[in-house]
Amino acid sequence: MRRETNISGYISKTIIYIVLIFLAILSVLPFWIMFINATRSTFEIQQHAISLIPSKFFMSNIHVLLGKSFNPFTGFINSMIIAAGATVCAVYFSSITAYALIVYDWRMRQPFFTFIMAVLMIPAQVSGIGFYQFMYRIHWTNSYLPLILPAIAAPAMVFFMRQYLLATLQIDIVNSARIDGGGEFYIFNRIIVPIMTPAIATQAIFSFVLSWNSLFTPLILLTDKDKYTMPIMVSLLRGDIYRTEYGAVYLGLALTVVPLFIVYFLLAKYIIAGVALGGVKE
Amino acid sequence: MRRKSVSYAKYGYIFSIPFVIAFLIFSLYPIIYTAIIGFTDLKGLGKIDFKFLSNPFQNFNLILKNPSFQESLTNTATIWIISFIPQILLALLLTVWFTSHRHQIKHQGLFKILFYMPNIITAATIGILFFSLFGYPMGPVNDIFKTLGLSKDPVNFLVDGWTAKGVVAFIQFWMWYGYTMLILISGVLGINPELFEASEMDGASGTQTFFFITIPSLRTIMLYMLVTSLIGGLQMFDVPRLFLFGGPTNATLTTSLFIYNQAFSGSYMYNRAAAASMIMFIIIAILSAILFYVMRDKYAARLRKEEKKQMKLRIEAQKAAARRTSV
Repeated sequence: MRRETNISGYISKTIIYIVLIFLAILSVLPFWIMFINATRSTFEIQQHAISLIPSKFFMSNIHVLLGKSFNPFTGFINSMIIAAGATVCAVYFSSITAYALIVYDWRMRQPFFTFIMAVLMIPAQVSGIGFYQFMYRIHWTNSYLPLILPAIAAPAMVFFMRQYLLATLQIDIVNSARIDGGGEFYIFNRIIVPIMTPAIATQAIFSFVLSWNSLFTPLILLTDKDKYTMPIMVSLLRGDIYRTEYGAVYLGLALTVVPLFIVYFLLAKYIIAGVALGGVKE
Repeated sequence: MRRKSVSYAKYGYIFSIPFVIAFLIFSLYPIIYTAIIGFTDLKGLGKIDFKFLSNPFQNFNLILKNPSFQESLTNTATIWIISFIPQILLALLLTVWFTSHRHQIKHQGLFKILFYMPNIITAATIGILFFSLFGYPMGPVNDIFKTLGLSKDPVNFLVDGWTAKGVVAFIQFWMWYGYTMLILISGVLGINPELFEASEMDGASGTQTFFFITIPSLRTIMLYMLVTSLIGGLQMFDVPRLFLFGGPTNATLTTSLFIYNQAFSGSYMYNRAAAASMIMFIIIAILSAILFYVMRDKYAARLRKEEKKQMKLRIEAQKAAARRTSV
């Protein structure tokens, strides 16, 4: 009897591992093919599109890739500026808004929080047309400001920061800092921000990735090639000029994925923990 | 003798001002502006001046009757359904495996990292990558088919509407099941462990525990996932745009892509696109309201239950007291 359950347990465990390994391969395989094919010539890819070993056409693919409109370095720097700017705005102003909601007793506090909850799910796309027309009228197309400044109002992040402060902040800290003569703004910057660092770090990662990957708003606002962000650069690879350059397309895609892979595998532990935190919304 | 009673309330307002201003300028005003444009004749590249239409709802009528728009709504719903159902089922299965004491799965951390990985990669990149993978006549998928002997001649997968929809749904599924799984796992870890222990002591099987403890406890989280995923699904843009530009013959045209195409290609019909955006906004608002209502209702119900319990206890206590005095 006991033996039987052992055997069935063994079988079910084997099945579980087979499924898990299959899913793991499914996650990796497309990127694997992409990285390998980035080093192969178009001819080789046409002969056999899947190969386990890299070839030696990396440099020639680079030449083809950069010889056309694709400029990953410009894209990288532009995306970096926008994502970093948006992230700083989002975490700082979300923290200070959450702080206002927790520490101060003001009349509009509860209505303001209800309001934040209500607008939590409004996606940027529904206001895209009005946003574009507005920016066009004030000559802010081809500027990074409309891609950075909206991050100041990030309702979901305010909600998260508020939950974090509720759980960690002891109001005595604020009170004793006041007795020591600290101004409110000084107290927030020098005492509260350090307390919030773990939450800020987690949210910063997600905010950065979100901004880095976003396509819709930059696509409608940026028309100047020198201002293109990484996702817009990537979309050029789908154009006709790269139609027959398989190797170069894979290489271009790979170049856009590499920075994300580095960040992801360095911070994976925190990112996974952060996703789980975000889920406890009850 | 230094008595200074300071009211700090004003800082509540001061510290919230940046958020409010940014929200008014970059969210509220554009939404209102979009709504207004929906009632006007604004179209043409670089145009900013507009006149209100004599029939204010003309754009809305035209959009609602537009076969491409109707198709885009059905496509969005179809793609969402065939990506969400397997996604939630697989995520539940993985959650059970990862949280069960019986199985003790090793290397969970590594599996979680790999399953979640596609989620952080630029969706635009993934759209093009999958287009390349399904290349014709010689792409990696065709290569696999040939090697496995599934087909002799190369298959041009992406000329078929349903295959194209299926691949977009698969990409969505592939990008999001890891996320769903992580959220569900954190939900299960949040369940009171005593519940599981008690059910184990009562001799409940794994399946029984799953259906009578795990699923009911995850209801709120699953509802949350359902609505956020639905709203996210309505915004599906990057993947369908770069995978096949909405083709073949509109088979992967989503609502967001439809709006983009109306406004930023062809004859730049900002007004029609704005009307379509507002229709989408109304759909999202209704969905959010349902979520808000259900979640609130549940919380209120719990409060009511607590109150009832308190009341019952009080009555019991009174009864007991009465008994004691009568004795």
